[in-house]
Amino acid sequence: MNPRTLEKLSPWLFTIAIFLVWELACIVFKVNTSVLQPPSAAFAAMFKLWRVFLYHSWVTLWVTMVGFALAVGFGIILGLVVGWSRAIYRGLYPVMIGFNTIPKVAIVPLLILWFGIGEVPAIVTAFLISFFPIVVNIATGLATTEPELEDVLRALGAGKLDIMLKVGIPRALPYFFGSLKIAITLAFVGTVVSETLGANAGLGYLIALEGASFRMANVYAALLLLAFEGVLMYAVFAGIEQHFTKWAFRSQMSAAG
Amino acid sequence: MEAFVDIDGVTLKYRGASGDIVALQDATLKVQRGEFAAVVGPSGCGKSTLMRLVTGLHKPTAGTIAIDGKQVTGPVKMAGMAFQNANMLPWRKVIDNVLLPLEIVEPHRSQFRSKKAEFRTKAEQLLATVGLAGFGDRYPWELSGGMQQRVSLCRSLIHEPALLMLDEPFAALDAFTREELWCVLRDLWQRLGFTVILVTHDLREAAFLADNIYVMSARPGHIVQIKPVPFARPRDLQVTYEKEFGDIVMELRMKIAQVRQS
Repeated sequence: MNPRTLEKLSPWLFTIAIFLVWELACIVFKVNTSVLQPPSAAFAAMFKLWRVFLYHSWVTLWVTMVGFALAVGFGIILGLVVGWSRAIYRGLYPVMIGFNTIPKVAIVPLLILWFGIGEVPAIVTAFLISFFPIVVNIATGLATTEPELEDVLRALGAGKLDIMLKVGIPRALPYFFGSLKIAITLAFVGTVVSETLGANAGLGYLIALEGASFRMANVYAALLLLAFEGVLMYAVFAGIEQHFTKWAFRSQMSAAG
Repeated sequence: MEAFVDIDGVTLKYRGASGDIVALQDATLKVQRGEFAAVVGPSGCGKSTLMRLVTGLHKPTAGTIAIDGKQVTGPVKMAGMAFQNANMLPWRKVIDNVLLPLEIVEPHRSQFRSKKAEFRTKAEQLLATVGLAGFGDRYPWELSGGMQQRVSLCRSLIHEPALLMLDEPFAALDAFTREELWCVLRDLWQRLGFTVILVTHDLREAAFLADNIYVMSARPGHIVQIKPVPFARPRDLQVTYEKEFGDIVMELRMKIAQVRQS
């Protein structure tokens, strides 16, 4: 096999290998199934109850995507505002860091109190947990504009908005798309935390419910589906990143070589 | 005759980490229209500050700066600038990098859409004159450092500025490429007739290109000597191997060594 096809296949090979090792370990060490279920049991549960899993997977996916979309919108606006002026940057940073430090699991009971049990607290949690990296990355992209380039444009009479549009925002794009990959995985964390604590649907809800009833195969099935959704969305945003900011990958490569 | 660039008794102080720093002290410099002026001096003498003052990005603490009889109070909008780093925008093709000033500076800005074809042709012609014909559709990262610096020169000239400000534009290049670009700049200057202020550490570069070399003192910077360069135009690189050329470089070197000491 030539190295290129091997590289393309390697994610699949590794995933399959991990499942095999897991399965074999369960058999060889005769692991008690209440401690660890083999993947075969998880997959079997998935197929047996596929309608249930499909429904809850779908709920988690759309709830996450709505929260994530809010985070992107809000993150872009706040990132631009913070990147616009040093005073705002310095003013807001401690607040944002303080807010980001609060574990979101601690806020979920409040959200449930405000919005009731259901999708809304999950959407809000996904939003709250995932907007921060977007803001920081956009602001960083804007703040690292080369001062000399700014001089060139300012000497020509360019205003702050010109510099932002011609240089700042295009420069910030690779940072922005990079942050989406981090934000989307965080958004899943937010959704599931909230679903576990107070929801009527979603994979987090399913995990809490089935776990309480000791149907461990179902719990593992839900966990695997959650991982799958995370990988899927990560891949989507990595693809978008590649597509829109080819230049950043290329110019880094040429700078390195 | 009134100077085109008239820097008169300019002092610039700014607040540093440890008290006020005087970057320039009573600096006076008069550059005629169409002159190629080079400013040399020990490092940290405020040469780059001078560039920012002339282009209106900084206000002097004392003294006045006038260009073409008009006092500089804000960004001058009629100067081109190029730096040691080519500062290309990597997401834009070479030609769109060159066109950037036209998207900013009036009157081209408001005509940019309607005259785009015309501007592109102009940019391509300019690229051709620096030996980059047909490179317009490449991306900057596909070009060598010397080629990027040529693009940077084109960008600084596309809006036909009356004044070109260069801050060590060739310092990061290897010796051969640097001499090649000296000739590119020489030819552009001779053809287009703009005024140049070139800030450099390279005394040979100054002596080869400039009409007059202005030597700055160590900080606080001011002009301590004006050295006219007598060689006839157009100059060939051969000039740099003549004894008289060597003498000028030697003299400048001695002068700078002396101001560094004091």
